Amino acid sequence: MIVAEQKSFKEIVEYLRGKYDLLIVPCMSCTAVCFAGGVQQGEELASALRIHCKMHGDGLNCTVRPVTRQCDPEFIEELTGEVAQADSILSLACGVGVQFLAERYPDKAVIPALNTSFAGGKTAPGIWEERCSLCGNCVLHVTGGICPITRCAKGLLNGPCGGSEQGRCEIDPNLPCAWQLIINRMNGLGRLEELLAFQCPKDWSTGNAGGLRRLVREDLRLK
Amino acid sequence: MSGGSRLRQVLESGAFAVTCEIGPPKGALVNTLREKARLVRDYVHAANVTDCQTAVVHLSSIAAAVHLQSEGVEAVAQMTCRDRNRIAIQSDLLGAYSLGIGNLLCLTGDHQRFGNHPQAKNVFDLDSIQLVDMVRGMQDEGLFQCGEPIRAGAPQFFLGAVANPFADPFEFRVLRLEKKVNAGARFIQTQSVFDLERFRRFMEMVRARGLHHRCYILPGVSPVRSIRAVEYIRDRVPGLTIPDQIVERMRAATDPAREGVEIALELIAGLREIEGVAGVHIMAIAWEQVIPELVQRAGLGSKL
Repeated sequence: MIVAEQKSFKEIVEYLRGKYDLLIVPCMSCTAVCFAGGVQQGEELASALRIHCKMHGDGLNCTVRPVTRQCDPEFIEELTGEVAQADSILSLACGVGVQFLAERYPDKAVIPALNTSFAGGKTAPGIWEERCSLCGNCVLHVTGGICPITRCAKGLLNGPCGGSEQGRCEIDPNLPCAWQLIINRMNGLGRLEELLAFQCPKDWSTGNAGGLRRLVREDLRLK
Repeated sequence: MSGGSRLRQVLESGAFAVTCEIGPPKGALVNTLREKARLVRDYVHAANVTDCQTAVVHLSSIAAAVHLQSEGVEAVAQMTCRDRNRIAIQSDLLGAYSLGIGNLLCLTGDHQRFGNHPQAKNVFDLDSIQLVDMVRGMQDEGLFQCGEPIRAGAPQFFLGAVANPFADPFEFRVLRLEKKVNAGARFIQTQSVFDLERFRRFMEMVRARGLHHRCYILPGVSPVRSIRAVEYIRDRVPGLTIPDQIVERMRAATDPAREGVEIALELIAGLREIEGVAGVHIMAIAWEQVIPELVQRAGLGSKL
């Protein structure tokens, strides 16, 4: 899923200066699952903004209206009524949701309440970790199911750099060396020698180096 | 078109090679760099020039290599994967070769986290093994990485890579060396050896796979001149450890710089005994002045 975290309250308040009718739009998908942009976070943010405005004498009217998925035009269409009443929208979705709202409602200011962090998952309560760089050309079959592009700080494809020490990454002793994990796993599978195979330079054109990516499925298009 | 490598000739002749490392300046003034070059000129077969080591901005390796060569020191240019994509690397290597640089060392590069621009975006379009393979392809097949022919003159570097026998996982280090040799590395310079025992075990594994017949291995030796330097290397340099015995000797020494030289000489003597060691690579970080003494006292000959 997309993992995100809320911007600081101070930063959000800064972006809302001069706004009067605010529509706060939580997203009930990824950002709700990582407790950053769900209904609860939207309501909490609305309360905090109301208190702040009362204390500072600013007149800000906040309405909270969640949508199921902000990255889906069908769901954001449901907001049309509420959006008409607002002068600005505070989105609690990832960067995709913010942009879909901005595209659909071009005459409103759309403000992100979150920083979109990475594609990952929960590894322990309160801890999320990145797992995928969305490179568009998966190599997990050769690396024992562990992604070196994402989990190695240098994205190396042919083994660990010279900074791997006791299983830890050189840039942060709290991070495991991805290549140590890969080697352990391949060793356990009896496939270590496979790592001797040369992995040629990666074609990054399927990643974001190739410009905006677009996926077209002819079988799903409306004729 | 130019280039050529005396280092290659020395190694192919079977003589014990000596290389050293010279760090380019953190600015455009090159008088100190040229002084260092004159200092080591008669004592080493070639001198490496680092490519923004520890991700700190320095004068470029290729430019520094040209300065060295104009002082009569054969240079080994270094190229890392951190700051350039395959387009920039190939372009710079054509430039380096056109300026007479004949030796090239390929590295992954230190992460920018350690440097003076930790907010920088890194590149790592290639890794060091892919870099070696790309240069080999340019030289042997006359092709750019994309497969297009190089019509206006392919470079012919004496191509090297690095190995760190002291990083983990230990067992994989030799396989990684083999990948570099398979990719086209002809010489290997290693991380500084302090733990001779571990290096011996590494070389046993190297010999078991026959790699010492396929490349020239030059283990690194770093003379240290203070207990602070020793502790810094031990605690702060990733993938490098120093045995307690050496730490204690340096701590107990009344003249630590002298002790550092003695330790380095013992290490060189120990390394020369190991089958498959073709030379030494002296990394006297900010202490290039010690190189002539080390080379002479190690009996590696003065004028080469």
